[in-house]
Amino acid sequence: MEPLLIYPDPVPPELAQALDLAGYPWKAIGDERSSRHAEPEDGWAGGVVVAANEPEGAFALCRALRKRDVPLEPLLLLVSGAQLCDLELREDLFDDFCLYPFQPLELEARLKHLFWRTGRGTRPELVEYGPLVLNLETYQAAIEGNPLDLTYMEYELLKFLASHPGRVFTRETLLSRVWGYEYYGGARTVDVHIRRLRAKLGEEHANHIQTVRSVGYRFGQSRWGV
Amino acid sequence: MRVWGNGPTIYRMDSTERQREYVLRTVEERGVRMVRLWFTDVLGQLKSFAISPVELEGAFEEGMRFDGSSIDGFSRVQESDVLAKPDPNSFEILPWADGVGTSSRVFCDIVNLDGTPFEGDPRQVLRRNLDEARERGFSFYAAPEMEFFYFADGDASHPLRPLDQASYFDLTTSDVATDLRQRTIHTLEAMGIPVEYSHHEDAPSQHEIDLRYTDALTMADSVMTFRLVVKAVAHDAGVHATFMPKPLSGLQGSGMHTHFSLFEGDTNSFYDPGDEHGLSKVAKGFIAGLLTHARELTAVTNQWVNSYKRLVVGYEAPIYKAWARNNRSVIVNVPPIKRGESESARLEFRAPDPACNPYLAFSVILAAGLKGIRDGYELPPEVSANLYQLTAEEHMAEGIGTLPQSLSEALDEMERSELMAEALGEHVFEWFIRNKRNEWMDYKTTVTQFELDRYLARL
Repeated sequence: MEPLLIYPDPVPPELAQALDLAGYPWKAIGDERSSRHAEPEDGWAGGVVVAANEPEGAFALCRALRKRDVPLEPLLLLVSGAQLCDLELREDLFDDFCLYPFQPLELEARLKHLFWRTGRGTRPELVEYGPLVLNLETYQAAIEGNPLDLTYMEYELLKFLASHPGRVFTRETLLSRVWGYEYYGGARTVDVHIRRLRAKLGEEHANHIQTVRSVGYRFGQSRWGV
Repeated sequence: MRVWGNGPTIYRMDSTERQREYVLRTVEERGVRMVRLWFTDVLGQLKSFAISPVELEGAFEEGMRFDGSSIDGFSRVQESDVLAKPDPNSFEILPWADGVGTSSRVFCDIVNLDGTPFEGDPRQVLRRNLDEARERGFSFYAAPEMEFFYFADGDASHPLRPLDQASYFDLTTSDVATDLRQRTIHTLEAMGIPVEYSHHEDAPSQHEIDLRYTDALTMADSVMTFRLVVKAVAHDAGVHATFMPKPLSGLQGSGMHTHFSLFEGDTNSFYDPGDEHGLSKVAKGFIAGLLTHARELTAVTNQWVNSYKRLVVGYEAPIYKAWARNNRSVIVNVPPIKRGESESARLEFRAPDPACNPYLAFSVILAAGLKGIRDGYELPPEVSANLYQLTAEEHMAEGIGTLPQSLSEALDEMERSELMAEALGEHVFEWFIRNKRNEWMDYKTTVTQFELDRYLARL
């Protein structure tokens, strides 16, 4: 998917982290002019504007973005509790808001809901991690540009892991998320598939999938080290 | 990068449908020119026919119709047409060049025209036996150790020429065979068949590759793929690979020792921390079942005249119908359970050879084990002596029998077995015995070199 526009620049670290962990690509912009300059060819996927620290700049930016020929949407506004009354008569400037400081899960849920409502950007095309690329439209995976020939379940497992780099998943979680609860055969199925995936990734890349002793598996590393 | 947030909708789609879509899409994206539909005849020979990618969707939906009467064990009195239905879960791109460009294979289940499972299809036989295990909460895992020989060629008219004179664990760096083994492993891994480890075996030019456990159906498919890959890689190098159980007189034969375990969910049903050997009641019943019915199932796990030249005293061949821990002369070996690794509890059945039909072999082994569990068979005591060194009288005294010593004897045992008829189904059971009786008759009526050498001048 195209990146989200994020204001201000620099982005508050906890917001950058939440967006990364939720898997949204994003770009930070400081004002209206740089939002045009940095805009991707196919337009922004949406925007997240933090009004808590610099309300003047934030509201001005929202207004400018919404006045365009093709108004930017969806737009999520982050405001402090004290600013709630400032939202009056500004209802047209945003699609939803969230209290700042925010709960990452709430932010994620609101973004998800916004994208669902506007029907945009709900299906990303690529999952990338280092040399690994998964094209979700074509079901193809490649490492260093060489196609990986995966069975369906191997592909689904790799997609799930690579979409959440650095996170440790138990076998049970992987079984229920990748195979579905109805799958019979127990967590050993996961071990079998992990081993097959490693075999196909080849010696050089097999270690992207790490066994976390008596817990489960982890793919790669999060840039946040969590 | 967003995937799972909106995942649930994806997963409401029928998973078979998703798998088919995945395969169809892959075929398109990878420019696959040919899809090979694989299945197995009753004797364990891999069969294949190719379709073009445009036919694949129809094959998933309705199956590909073909005349089964020319396939060993598929012939029937009336209707001979059957359908091959590809199992999308087994779709793989073939990692070797195939004339036309990118090629792929998919294993098929054979069904009757009315859609019911075809009783002559070994894969369906194994499915049926696995379903029975599953009804009782068990999933069945297998990990075979595949042994085979490389020879300079496959011409039997002159003495066989091994590629080397090395032996067990020898590291022979300049060795063609070692190079072949490496290439084989590479190809297997690329096809999603992980290798546990591999080494040079005892006999010259004999090799072993151990496969990492999977569920028994996937493993039977993997064994079929394995045999093809080993032979294909050798063939490319102008060498002949064989799974013949005993190609060289006076040297070790090739076995397919296979490790088996039963799991209930994530729990290894063979393990009981309270038992002195860590063996559960389920494990004991399974072993007892295997020992009790071993003579009946040997015709399936060792199905050729030549198989019985391996099952003789010595050469580390298992012939005694007994179990032990770390004893090579018995048919059931129980490897010690590593501390804290209860899930590794398993048994090793040493009788099968790598020229068996893995679908049928796993079927009869499972059936014998389940019967032992269901009927609460008593596990005989472990044997401790090296049974090769005991005399026949001592074996009698210990009450230890042997496996059948010829194909003919094995068929007699099998023919009397209700359990084998049930496990294989009437169709396969009858066809198998008929076919194997014919093989035995052909052998029996052949005057061999052994006889000429020994008798011609003297008698």
